[in-house]
Amino acid sequence: MFRYTKLTLLREVGLWALALIFLAPFYFLVTTALKPDSELYTTSPLAPPASPDFSNFVAVLTARGNSNVVLGLVNSIIITAGSIVGLIALGAVTGYVISRSTRRWSKGAYYLFLIAIILPGQLGAVPLYMGARSLGLTGSAWGLIILYTGMLLPLSIFLYSNFFRGLGTDYEEAATIDGASRSQIFSKVVLPMMAPATGTVTIFAGLIVWNDFFTSLIFLGGSANQTLPVAMYYYIGSLVSKWNSIFAIVIVSMIPMLALFLFAQKRFIQGFAGGLKG
Amino acid sequence: MTATMQPKSEAAEAPRRGRRTPGADQKARPRGRGLEFGHWWWALPGIALVIAIHYVATGIGGFFAFTNWTGIGSFKMVGWQNFEAIFKDPTKLGALSNTLFLAFGSVLLGNIAGLIIALGLNRVLKTRYILRTLFFMPVVLSPLATAYVWKYIFDFDGPVNVFLASIGAGDLAKPWLADPQWAIWTVLIVLVWSSTGFAMVIFMAGLAGVPVEVEEAAAIDGANLWQRFRNVTLPAIRPAIAIATTLGIVQGLRVFDPIMALTSGGPAGATETLATQVYKQAFALGNFGGGAALALVLAVIILFFAVIQQRLTRSNPED
Repeated sequence: MFRYTKLTLLREVGLWALALIFLAPFYFLVTTALKPDSELYTTSPLAPPASPDFSNFVAVLTARGNSNVVLGLVNSIIITAGSIVGLIALGAVTGYVISRSTRRWSKGAYYLFLIAIILPGQLGAVPLYMGARSLGLTGSAWGLIILYTGMLLPLSIFLYSNFFRGLGTDYEEAATIDGASRSQIFSKVVLPMMAPATGTVTIFAGLIVWNDFFTSLIFLGGSANQTLPVAMYYYIGSLVSKWNSIFAIVIVSMIPMLALFLFAQKRFIQGFAGGLKG
Repeated sequence: MTATMQPKSEAAEAPRRGRRTPGADQKARPRGRGLEFGHWWWALPGIALVIAIHYVATGIGGFFAFTNWTGIGSFKMVGWQNFEAIFKDPTKLGALSNTLFLAFGSVLLGNIAGLIIALGLNRVLKTRYILRTLFFMPVVLSPLATAYVWKYIFDFDGPVNVFLASIGAGDLAKPWLADPQWAIWTVLIVLVWSSTGFAMVIFMAGLAGVPVEVEEAAAIDGANLWQRFRNVTLPAIRPAIAIATTLGIVQGLRVFDPIMALTSGGPAGATETLATQVYKQAFALGNFGGGAALALVLAVIILFFAVIQQRLTRSNPED
């Protein structure tokens, strides 16, 4: 039953054709970014570059001021890494306690986090901005790390508590009998077991923080510390239809994530599928 | 037979999630000493942070929806005035209908496309892993980067128009994103492109949970492809549909980044959404009260659809 037949081959060919159409934007992205100015307006957008060069990338990577892409890259890495650390630390502990407790408050806490997932960020944006400014958290990487940790914590806790609910308590009980304290159980028994959940949280939160534009636009607006999307936005705002330069910066901004994805795509896709099943 | 067993080990299983029945064995466990696992106060920092950043901020924002605050200085309570203004302003009503159109349009098309691809890739195909990676790639891109690429593709001198001209349909060429009639459809295409891979992955996970034996049995009993899909596959992937559509709608209703980069809401408000209007009112025009009122409307709409969605697809077991 369900063997590889001629019909299957046809399906395979059809899906490849669909995939190629689906990925056409990447073709335009790469070919256009490699076109020097002289070719940009004279050749067809469908044609590959006759004499590909990397001058656009050089121009992008050496830009300064508001659109300092390299600084944006560094800032994005710091902020993304910091937020992930915060989300794992707080998310794991909180998710663990509220999913293991059978008390009434833990159920309430779970719904508190669940509802927070769907609250639209725009409503709280200005009060948050005012609060962050009075605490001196705007314009700095620290401020954004704290903000992102708070904003994505509900998602992180949701993923962790779903994970713990599916995980038996046998190991923890065994450790209790062996006389381990509660914090020993957490750090020595639970922490190593939750690697799959941590992987999912890292992927989800990392992707959201890395790609986020709205929050960093507001909270870093006007400061010298831009994240990559904001630097990209300003840089492109100063260009008029110079698509080769625009695409060079788009490629620079997406290479880290795309490389990570291609490297760990199995994990990525599993994380998305499994993390959301609950 | 070996080939048919394969899909089970695929993607879907992901993090270990046992099929425990929670109620039954939890009660049997001795909980006399209260919480055995960790201390309750371990949850406090997380709870405090979420209350501050989500609930207090949203609450204050909700309060300002009933004021005429500009973002600085003093303000007055104005009651429902901001909301009345929303329902009298054609731009904002337009933004409301655009938001609903984009959210439902992208969920419907993105999920159908995702489901078709997932069904096509489900089993037997030799290159299914590569194809899965390829179809998922757009999901990883930032909405901003995605938007710039598509802006070029739909540019007046861009690939779409050049292609139309080359097949002799040159008179169909138009500045897609600057055309009030077509702009929103163009935005819809971009949203569908970036959400299809996401839906596909969730459906593939759902499909991996459908027992091959049942499908085989149905096939032996003479059920055709459509009957097998309708009576075997579809009921089994119901939870996947629930998740894919709920997340899609919540995401779709908030859509902001791609619109800002593609059209900034133009031409003439043709692609304005609630989220872009909230941003413009609150941050650009200094009408914070009005922006907050709009955000509150958006929040209510999102909650409304999220709840309806859960009701429709969850508490409705196999019927």
